[in-house]
Amino acid sequence: MKNLLSAATLALAVGASGLAVAEPVKIGMITTLSGGGAGLGVDTRDGFMLAIKQSGNKDIEVITEDDGQKPELAVQIADKMIQSDQVDILTGIVWSNLLMAVAPSAVAQGKFYVSTNAAPAALAGANCNPLYFNAAYQNDNLHEAMGEYANKDYKKLFIMAPNYPAGKDSLTGFKRYFKGELAAEVYTQVGQTDYAAEIAQIRASGADGVFAFLPGGMGIAFMKQYAQSGVNIPIMGPGFSFSQDVLPAIGDAALGVKASGQWVKDLDNEANKKFVADFQKEYNRLPSLYAVQAYDAAQLILSAAANADVKDTEAFRAELLKADIKSPRGNFKFNTNQHPIQDIYVTEVTKEGDVLTNKTVEKIFTDHGDAYAKDCKM
Amino acid sequence: MTFALALEQLLNGLQLGVMLFLMAAGLTLIFGVMGLINLAHGSLYMVGAFACATVAAWTGSFWLGLFASLACAAAAGAIVELLVIRRLYDRDHLDQVLATFALILIFSEGTRWMFGSFPLYLDIPPLLQGAVPLPGGTQYPLYRLAIIAAGALVAFALYLLISRTRLGIRIRAGESDREMIGALGVDIRTLYTVVFALGAALAGFAGAMVGALQSVQVGMGEPVLILAFVVIVIGGIGSIKGALLGALLVGVVDTMGRFLLPKLFVLFVPPSQAGMIGGALASMLIYIVMALILAVKPRGLFPPAHA
Repeated sequence: MKNLLSAATLALAVGASGLAVAEPVKIGMITTLSGGGAGLGVDTRDGFMLAIKQSGNKDIEVITEDDGQKPELAVQIADKMIQSDQVDILTGIVWSNLLMAVAPSAVAQGKFYVSTNAAPAALAGANCNPLYFNAAYQNDNLHEAMGEYANKDYKKLFIMAPNYPAGKDSLTGFKRYFKGELAAEVYTQVGQTDYAAEIAQIRASGADGVFAFLPGGMGIAFMKQYAQSGVNIPIMGPGFSFSQDVLPAIGDAALGVKASGQWVKDLDNEANKKFVADFQKEYNRLPSLYAVQAYDAAQLILSAAANADVKDTEAFRAELLKADIKSPRGNFKFNTNQHPIQDIYVTEVTKEGDVLTNKTVEKIFTDHGDAYAKDCKM
Repeated sequence: MTFALALEQLLNGLQLGVMLFLMAAGLTLIFGVMGLINLAHGSLYMVGAFACATVAAWTGSFWLGLFASLACAAAAGAIVELLVIRRLYDRDHLDQVLATFALILIFSEGTRWMFGSFPLYLDIPPLLQGAVPLPGGTQYPLYRLAIIAAGALVAFALYLLISRTRLGIRIRAGESDREMIGALGVDIRTLYTVVFALGAALAGFAGAMVGALQSVQVGMGEPVLILAFVVIVIGGIGSIKGALLGALLVGVVDTMGRFLLPKLFVLFVPPSQAGMIGGALASMLIYIVMALILAVKPRGLFPPAHA
C-alpha cells in the first residue's frame, strides 16, 4: 500500500513537472524497408534520422516500421501507431497508393501527416487538408519539368509510367507542359522487371525520345535492358528514375541521361554542402532525392516543435507553414495547399571518379508550385 | 514493320517462357517426387542472383558468377532440405506452406543483413552484349537469344536425365510410388536431397541469368514464384512436359497481352485511358487463361498419369 502510494505520488510529480518543459513529440515513420522498394525507404529513414540526430532534441521520439510496399500493411501499422503508440505525427510513406490508404484517415483522426515523398494529386486540390503537409513536391512537378525541357529538342515522344496514382500524375504532369506529339502512352505494372514488350514498342514507335518514370528496381531493369536492345532513341525521366539509390546498379548505361530534380547533389549552397558531407560521413554513401526530402521533413517538424506544442494543432500548423528551415534545396516555402514552392533543375548523369551521380545542367523552373493549389480551399 | 514487331514480341514471350520454365521445372519436380509445396523456391532464385553478382564483382567474370550461382543455390537447397524440408514430407500441405513461407522471410532478411537493401550491380558478359539483326530489319538483344538457347539446352538435358539415366528412373519411380521404391532398397532420403538440390540449382541458374538483365535485389524471387505456380498449375502439377508448355504459354500470352490489349482498347476509348485499362487487363490475362484452362481440364494440360 505504501509502495502504491509513493508510486502514485511519483507519477503525479513527474506528470506535473512534465508540464513545465516542452511536450515530447512522438513521430510514427511508416516506410518501405523490405522488398524491391527498400532502397527508397532506407534513404527516407536515414535522411530523416540524420536531421533528428543533428538537432540533439531529446523530446522527439521516432518509431519506425516497415510497410513492405503493401497498402494493407501500411494501414495496419498506421492504426497501431495512432491508437496504441499515440503518435502525434505520421510520415515516411514512399508510394502514393500507400499514402492514399493512410493519410486521409490519419488526418481525419486529428494527426499531422508530413509526407517525405508521395504527393498524389487527389490530396493537393479540393481534398487538401490543414493537417496534411508535403515536404517533397507535388507528384506532377518533376514530370512537368521534363515536359518543359523536352519542348526544346523533341517533337514526338514515347511516354511510360507504372499503373498507380503517381504514374498517372507523372504522365498528366508531363503532358501539361509538353507541346509535341505523343508516339504512345504506356502504363506498365508496378514492380515490373521485364520491359522487353515495351522496348519492342519503343523501337517500332518512330519516336525521337523516350520519357520513362520508373522508380527503384523498375528503372534499373529497364535501363539495363534498353542498353542491350540496340535502340538508340534518347531516354529522359524524372529524378526518381536516375536517383542515387539506383545509379550504382544501372551502371554506365545511365551515363548522359537527362532527368529533373528539385535537389541536385552539386547545388551551391551552404546547407547542401553540409548535408551531403554529413550524410556521407554518417552512412558512407551519397544521399538521394528521398534522403533530402525526408531530411527537410524532419527539419520542418523540428522547427515547429521548437516553437509550438504539437497538441495545440493550430499553433503547430502555423509554425510548420512558416517553413523556417535551411533546405539543401535552397529556396523552399509552402504553397496555399501546403505543398512546396521551389526551384526545379534539369540534371545529367555523370561520373565522378568511379561513382555515378547527377550534375546540374540548368534551372528549368523558378519558384514552381503545382496545378492543383487553386482548387484547395483552406 | 508490323512483322518485325510481332516477331520481336514473340521472341520476348519465348524468352520469358524459357526463364519461367527453369523455375517451374524445379518446382514441379519437387512436388512430383516428394509431394512438397515449396514456397521458398523464389528465395533460391534470389540466392543464385546474389551469388552470381557477388562472385562477378570479386573476379570480374560473369561466367564464374554463373557457376557460383549453380553451386550456391544447389548447396542452399541441399542444406535447407536436410535441416527443414526433410521434416515436412509426412505433414499436410498447410504445414509445408507455413514452413517454406518462414524460409522466404529468413532468406530475405538474411540476404538484406548480408548485402543491404540496395540493389547489386550485375552486368551482361561482354561476349553477349549488344543486339543482332533479325529478319524484317529489326534488331534483338543477343543476351535474350542466349537465354532462350540456354533454356532450350536445359530442357533437353532434363529430358535426357529423366528418360535415359539411372537417377531419372529413380525420379520417375519416386513420382509413381514413393513407398515402393523405398521398399526396393533405393536410398530415398538421398534421392530427395539430390532432387531438391537439382531444383534449387535450376532456380539459381534462372536467377543469375535474369539478374544480369533485371536488378539483383532482395525480394526479386517472389513475383517470379507466383508466375511459376501459375505455370505448373496450367501444365499439370508434377509434369516436366507440362511445365515446359505451360511456361511458354504463359510467357507468350503475358507478353502479347501487354503489347496488344492497349492497342485493342484504343479503338474504343482515348489513348491514355486505353493504356490504363489495357495495362490493367494485361496483368490479369494469365490468371484468366489459367481459370479457363482449369475449367476445361481441372488437373492441368498434362496431369501425371498416376495421381
